[in-house]
Amino acid sequence: MSRRSAPCAAVALTLTLAACSSGTDPAKGGGTVEQTLTVLAAASLTEVFGLMAEDFEADHPGVSVEQSFAASSTIVQQVNEGAPADVIALAGMSSLEPLAEEHRVGEVHEFTTNSLQLAVPPDNPAGITGVEDLTQDGIRLVVCAEQVPCGTASASLFQAQGISPAIASLEYDVRATLTKVELGEADVGIVYRSDVTEAGDRVRGVEIPDDVNVVNSYPILAVSDSPLAQAFVEEVLSERGQQHLTDAGFVAP
Amino acid sequence: MPLLVPAWLGVAFIVLPLVALFIRADWANITTHLAAPVVGQALRLSAITTSITMVVVWAVGTPLAWLLARSDHPLTAWGRALITVPLVLPPVVGGVALLMTWGRRGVLGGWLDETFGITLPFTTAAVVMAEIFVALPFYVIAVEGSMRSLDRRYDEIAATLGAGPVRTFSTVALPMVLPGIAAGSALAWARALGEFGATITFAGNFPGRTQTAPLGVYSALESDPQAAIALSLVMLVVSVLVLGLLRSRWLR
Repeated sequence: MSRRSAPCAAVALTLTLAACSSGTDPAKGGGTVEQTLTVLAAASLTEVFGLMAEDFEADHPGVSVEQSFAASSTIVQQVNEGAPADVIALAGMSSLEPLAEEHRVGEVHEFTTNSLQLAVPPDNPAGITGVEDLTQDGIRLVVCAEQVPCGTASASLFQAQGISPAIASLEYDVRATLTKVELGEADVGIVYRSDVTEAGDRVRGVEIPDDVNVVNSYPILAVSDSPLAQAFVEEVLSERGQQHLTDAGFVAP
Repeated sequence: MPLLVPAWLGVAFIVLPLVALFIRADWANITTHLAAPVVGQALRLSAITTSITMVVVWAVGTPLAWLLARSDHPLTAWGRALITVPLVLPPVVGGVALLMTWGRRGVLGGWLDETFGITLPFTTAAVVMAEIFVALPFYVIAVEGSMRSLDRRYDEIAATLGAGPVRTFSTVALPMVLPGIAAGSALAWARALGEFGATITFAGNFPGRTQTAPLGVYSALESDPQAAIALSLVMLVVSVLVLGLLRSRWLR
């Protein structure tokens, strides 16, 4: 496959041709094998997929996992246009729809879910205790723009609650929304639960009850026929992988 | 001429993307796209904020340029260098710096909030501040350049005739540097109109309040690309018109 031969050729230039041809048996590993696995994943997976890659590299000597994190829609666009990738993991099942048929190599697995949470500064200056406080006068609420998944989810939360709170800013992604809360510029932001967990002490999370919360399922699949790709998907689905996700604030499907 | 090929490549590299905007626009429905709420609101906000920006830039930048041009103090060179920092600073860094200064927990913003209950981020005022931050240096540099090329003897003659510094400045220097002021104004205004990074960082993005035309383009690109193209076209045409008109009149 051409997208695998490019890194292979690069390796061949610096090492030996043998290193490349023996790379067809990744399961055995072996010190002389040099292989690269390219994973494209949603921005919200940045930290947790870093841990997955470390585990995977430890179990597969000679394999290096290269990861790139972006908005799910961008990832699908990149793969459709022929960007080299072995595995993709996205936020939201609907993000997968535009993926071209020829790239759907592996089976799609819903490997985790993420729900919304209110993020407030540690001292919670506006005294936010739940969704019902979002409509209070004078609070500064920051949400994602509706064009990104966290914004779509926030909009459906408002709709389900029958509220239309005053919004100070529509941020371009979930991390920008969180930053405005971390800096204390916003009294409350709507982000994913995993983002609140990842931010640690910098923000405090206020739960949204399950019956009104919006849950996003995350799909993962191999987009190349490399055996390593399938192995990485299995790593994410494994008990160890799921533990990392749980620790990061995600919820098993 | 061997120089013609690279020169024309340079022209093509700049002009082709501009032409592409015209080619890819949905001309049959252009009025519908221009009537999209995001377009009108963003253009109105941009018109208002860049106008206020220009008034502040004139009021502050003209005396500043004059002082820089006439001062012999050794620190003037440093002052000039500091003023020009926003020219090379990535705009998003400017936005972060503004947030650290004027944000609710910022160096000055914290005091403003506690004392007067004034908060600047997420307001139209924050948009204007971001625009001034990036546009003022363009104006000051252009105007200072033309003020420095003025012959000092005019000042001295005015002074011997009894004119004070303010009168000298307004009746002698100012009329002679009008071309420089026009040039500096055009550059500063165009920079304010195009400001994106500092605005989105410091002022956020909300239609009608902080979503200026560039933010509107970015926002519309995700949901309504044709509206984004229409808005881009308006900004392109206005920018070209302003630069073109000034060029024939003031810039040479």
